[in-house]
Amino acid sequence: MNADLIISILSIALVAGTSLVFATIGEIITERSGILNLGVEGIMIMGAVIGFAAAFHSESAWIGVVVAMLVGGLLGFVHAFLTITLRAEQVVTGLALTIMGTGLASFLGQELGPEGGALVGLTGPRFTEISIPILSEIPIIGPIVFNQDILVYLMYVVVIAATYFLYHTRSGLHLRAIGESPQTADAMGVDVFRLRYLYTIVGGMLIGLGGAHLSLAYTPGWSENLTGGRGWIVIALVIFASWNPWRAVVGALLFGGVNAIQFRMQASSTDIAIPATLLNMMPYLLTVVIAVLTTWMQRFNKLIGAPAALGLPYNREERH
Amino acid sequence: MPDTSAPIAVEMRGITKRFPGVLANHKVDFAVRVGEIHALLGENGAGKSTLMSVLCGLYQQDEGKILLAQKRELSPVQIHSPSDAFDLGIGMIHQHFKLIPTQTVAENMILGLKDTPFNLQMTAIENRIRDLADRYRLEVDPRAYIWQLSVGERQRVEILKVLYRGANILILDEPTAVLTPQEADELGAVMRNMASEGKALIFISHKLDEIMAFADRVTVLRSGENVATVEVSNSSKTELAQLMVGRPVLFTIEKPPSQLGDVVVAMEKVSALNDKGLPALDNVSLEIRSGEIVGIAGVAGNGQRELAEVVTGLRPTTTGRITIRNRDMTHQPPYQFIQQGVAHVPGDRLGMGLAGNLPVSDNMIMKSYNREPISSGIFLRNQMIRTFAQNLVKAFQVLTPNLETPARNLSGGNQQKAILAREITAGKNLTKGDEPPFLVTVYPTRGLDVGAIETVRRELLEQRAQGVAILLISEQLDELLALSDRIAVLHGGEIMGIVDAAEADIEHLGLMMAGELHI
Repeated sequence: MNADLIISILSIALVAGTSLVFATIGEIITERSGILNLGVEGIMIMGAVIGFAAAFHSESAWIGVVVAMLVGGLLGFVHAFLTITLRAEQVVTGLALTIMGTGLASFLGQELGPEGGALVGLTGPRFTEISIPILSEIPIIGPIVFNQDILVYLMYVVVIAATYFLYHTRSGLHLRAIGESPQTADAMGVDVFRLRYLYTIVGGMLIGLGGAHLSLAYTPGWSENLTGGRGWIVIALVIFASWNPWRAVVGALLFGGVNAIQFRMQASSTDIAIPATLLNMMPYLLTVVIAVLTTWMQRFNKLIGAPAALGLPYNREERH
Repeated sequence: MPDTSAPIAVEMRGITKRFPGVLANHKVDFAVRVGEIHALLGENGAGKSTLMSVLCGLYQQDEGKILLAQKRELSPVQIHSPSDAFDLGIGMIHQHFKLIPTQTVAENMILGLKDTPFNLQMTAIENRIRDLADRYRLEVDPRAYIWQLSVGERQRVEILKVLYRGANILILDEPTAVLTPQEADELGAVMRNMASEGKALIFISHKLDEIMAFADRVTVLRSGENVATVEVSNSSKTELAQLMVGRPVLFTIEKPPSQLGDVVVAMEKVSALNDKGLPALDNVSLEIRSGEIVGIAGVAGNGQRELAEVVTGLRPTTTGRITIRNRDMTHQPPYQFIQQGVAHVPGDRLGMGLAGNLPVSDNMIMKSYNREPISSGIFLRNQMIRTFAQNLVKAFQVLTPNLETPARNLSGGNQQKAILAREITAGKNLTKGDEPPFLVTVYPTRGLDVGAIETVRRELLEQRAQGVAILLISEQLDELLALSDRIAVLHGGEIMGIVDAAEADIEHLGLMMAGELHI
């Protein structure tokens, strides 16, 4: 293996992992507030299809991004309304959101094209690589980190901002508190209901953005089942990351890397005869391995773990 | 002594609060003066916590108003949320601590505070906490995580948290429930100190001794109504108890001398782990004889639960030996313990003791379902179940609308009577006449009203008279002293000493509970 090959694989790993990072951080923010949103897959694919359609018709990739985030936020709001106001079972609501999202996305893919036709096979505006002067000249790191599309750069900002927000700001403290013990936070004057709504919507917006990165940058265009189960990988990544944005990046890059290697191996399948379907399985196999390893590791560290009130509805006047 | 003409700090007038099916507070009047420690006395369910939850904004009153001293004048205030209460200088120290275990002391302090800068300056906050801690002598490390702290330290954090917010009116909800007698005395001194700095303290309790020791005035609530507000110095324990219960109360329960028989249960150097896999019991050796009540004293979380689970076969032992009537039971499953006549009244009534959604009748047969006459082969006999359950309900005076009522709908006292009925009966049925059963009771009177407490205690003494060996785990020293023949003190999973209850000294027990005395 030469340096160019490594650079190429890592570069693809980064761009392949970007949508996972957005969605994982979105889900981390939502889960930190105590709301489990299993609708990630549905929200991502809705963001991907509507984001692409909006970009195609407006001829602006940026409008596509904004619309995808609005759709994600709207679906986050639906989840919030059902689970926070109506106190519905969160797992069931999330699954319903995923089933609805994938079905609706498939339908919209047939309808949102020009003159009510299909979106499949169309080429629309997309985000292309932008080399950052000077920084991209740094050997090895430059071409990997600083020769990417603008959403990758936005991802760097989101990771740093999310980490700082969570651990170094007053609002971040409140976010961590409402997911650990809503009773405590409420008694201390934190508005649990409002904040849970807010972070479920913000989380949905980031998940929608993750979907948009797929259809507007990584694999531009729309095709059936574009997300291919990435939403479920995100759920596993949140656990792997122990609800910490930085570790989400590590996990997302790992998955991106497996994707990149898989593409490479398929492209050069002349010398190693591995069926493409087996290679396609690799990210999901990795998810299983990681889920086992993380659970095993978490047994030895009591600080790493899910927010204590994750998945539990909160009702102030409920008598204990 | 505080100034009896001191101005009113806060006044509640005609407060009424209803919950579905319950009138928790009915037209309660209540006022606290500046610099005063004012106790709020009442039985469980008398409405003390509800009244204070209204004052600190957790609940909204249905009727009545709250007046607060503002600029030397009493004026009505609206408290819609805990943060409104904080803004008005009212802070509550809850019985179940409102602390987030995975965050530090300092982070817990500033939670919900609006005037904290958006970018957290933790060093400045930590210094402010240290200053405050010095002033009120409430030592605590601002950087420690809550899960690392002892219960006493957590309580200090709670008090500091309220002071940090500049509260002038502090509400303490049963603050001594989780403390050793020495820690409780320290808390008394801290409260006096705060009162002398001009704070008004409201102190919720149902323990008469500590009210006599700490409070200036006391308001007694009964069935949601204010029955009296009296000066502590002009009152007595007997008078307060009568006000609280509504009838004269006997503080002593007659305990006939014990008729000791053979050793029923023997533990030899038993060790066990807790749920987290950490050591919970350390070389515990204990013998319980027929006709004997052995009490276990200790601050909650020092191995009591694990001890109860080990002697009922629910928790595996790591080392040591358990025998029941000389039969080795080590590593036997719970079923074998039950077959030996081991009965268990667990501390968690609805979690472990009863299946809340199942009818009373099903709960009654849970230890007899697989025996004649309740079942025949694989079939249950419904008529027999009804008769069996009906007999138990009658014999133990369980108040239930009918046998089909879900167990969770019974009151706490009746749930406890139902469990006692099932366990005592099963213990007797499974042993032969000359083999005394073994009864393990964990916090048997927790959360019960005075009437039910008396019934449960009498029942335990009745079983003792019939030769049952009883292990009584309790957090109330007076209960242990009244019922036990011997008292063993658990601290950190170790038995610090076993003393004769008749000669036990509260000071010594307290020191052993704190781990400072080993005999």
